[in-house]
Amino acid sequence: MIAYAIRRLLISIPVLIVSSFLVFAMIANSGDPLEALRVTNPPTPPETIALEAKRLYLDLPWYERYWVWLTNVLQGDFGPSVNIREDINTEIWTRLGVTLRLVLIAMGLALVLAIIAGVTSAVKQYSKTDYTVTFFGFLFLATPTFWLAILLKELGITANQVDGDPDSRIFYTYGDRSAFLDDPTAWNKFTDVTGHMILPTISLALITFASWSRFQRSSMLEVLGSDYVRLARAKGLRWRKVLTKHALRTALIPLVTVSALDFAGILGGAVITETIFGWAGMGQYLTDSIRTRDAYALMAWLLVAGTIVVIVNLIADLLYGVLDPRIRHD
Amino acid sequence: MTKEAETKQLKVGTPVKAAEFSVKERSQLRIVISRFLRHRLAVASLITFLLMVLLAYGGAALWKYTYTDITPDNSQPPSLAHPFGTDSIGHDSLAQVLRGLQQSIKIALMVAVIATVLGTAWGATAGYFGRHVDNALMRLADLVIILPGIAVAATLASVGGGSWLTIAIIIGGLASATVSRVIRGVVLSLREQDFIEAARALGASDARIIFRHLVPNAMGPLIVNATILVAVGILAETALSFLGFGVRTPDISLGLLINQAEGAVRTRPWLFYFPGVFIILIALTINFIGDGLRDAFDPRQTRVRQ
Repeated sequence: MIAYAIRRLLISIPVLIVSSFLVFAMIANSGDPLEALRVTNPPTPPETIALEAKRLYLDLPWYERYWVWLTNVLQGDFGPSVNIREDINTEIWTRLGVTLRLVLIAMGLALVLAIIAGVTSAVKQYSKTDYTVTFFGFLFLATPTFWLAILLKELGITANQVDGDPDSRIFYTYGDRSAFLDDPTAWNKFTDVTGHMILPTISLALITFASWSRFQRSSMLEVLGSDYVRLARAKGLRWRKVLTKHALRTALIPLVTVSALDFAGILGGAVITETIFGWAGMGQYLTDSIRTRDAYALMAWLLVAGTIVVIVNLIADLLYGVLDPRIRHD
Repeated sequence: MTKEAETKQLKVGTPVKAAEFSVKERSQLRIVISRFLRHRLAVASLITFLLMVLLAYGGAALWKYTYTDITPDNSQPPSLAHPFGTDSIGHDSLAQVLRGLQQSIKIALMVAVIATVLGTAWGATAGYFGRHVDNALMRLADLVIILPGIAVAATLASVGGGSWLTIAIIIGGLASATVSRVIRGVVLSLREQDFIEAARALGASDARIIFRHLVPNAMGPLIVNATILVAVGILAETALSFLGFGVRTPDISLGLLINQAEGAVRTRPWLFYFPGVFIILIALTINFIGDGLRDAFDPRQTRVRQ
């Protein structure tokens, strides 16, 4: 299995390299990152501009710049940022932690919701519960992430103001943590961060769980109609045991595939959610980098995101083996 | 039966056949349509969607304000004069929502067309030729799929500019990677069948086999996919416009309207809710239509069993 995992990772390296080349070609030819510097008033001295160009390797043709970038990346350096005060490596890794915290917890919540909703829907097919779950599934599937996030944010603000005291707070609606804590103990820091996570996590999870619960429902229905489940029941096994031990385990396999495939999409959803809740995460970094035409920062962003998606899909592949003993990775 | 009667019947020929099979002959298309019409939710959704398209184009032409008009009433809540209210500058919100609806629907439909055409060519080529071609084309699809679409789209759109067609091409191009996988799967299963071998034995060219034999047989999944792509398209475009990388002012999209209303949900909630409800309605009806079409094309896959 380890050999399989390593082989899979090795195969994805050329894909990442080719994709980085294409993206680099596109960004590098898209516009002048020093434009902001050129139009200042009073004008920036040409020597400064030339120095900046040299610092960003803009004096080289773009394909040579790509080569410089690639050799740097292989040594763990993402290259210089257009913003001279920022270091891409520090930015990316701190922000990645913030974003992954949101993405992974939202994904976990969405999975739990999807399994509960899907299984209940399937077991009580055509019941009121089934119809309600299906209705909400379709509704959230059609709801834009940004709209739901703004809605929840506003609801949070309304809840905070409900007692008329402007200082009371139930939900945090801005930022990924408080800028200042009166008593910064580890516990207070933890509760502060958790408090800030509640609304963004819920909005991302609700959007994500919708399609998954549909998948879980149909795969559960398929398994429930199969012969071995009927056999398990005929043997007189308790219904709960049949569901959890026999049916659910098999019915989880499609969900594992789908959730891994959707991971890139959830990362995209996090970009939007973070923008709305004002998090200093990967989302903000992406939009900022696009606006400043920060090619190296964008490359780092896409490379890190792509790598994580590859790893998540690999984990999903390995999970099949755990869920379904018939699958072997040699 | 006498001999004369027998010959008489044989001569006429066809009436016998007609009498034997009293059911009227039905084409594939008719069967699909009649199955679709039985799916009430899908039919209702189709009607709602068409009404929205009509509203967007017909309504905007008939309504007394255009989206650029500035009325003397600013920040008005919904009233008879302004059913959706006005914004702080004095734009009539109904006129703006209708314009946004036009742009968003136009882009979403274009996304579906581009992604379907490109994805079909891509997937069919990969599946039909197999081996190295398949490998190369599918790695290319992987390459698109491993990156968060919205990030790539935002990057490309900031490079390519904010015209509606550019946005549709970017979103459609990215979505075509997913379509290509679906079509490839269908083509792989069709490729080995006898009728393809027969066509090849008759000397049909590769292009002819792909476009005359493989693609028409993949029509079911293709159409269902294309429908769902409209929902994907509208959600992607509005998200992109919301972030500021899609449709830009002075033009309007539903996503851009929500972006502009973000700071005023509290004071002018109508600016936020109306465009959002329309996005949800479009995506919702499209998903139901897609569901109905899926059942109609392939009753075996029926998700809601009858």
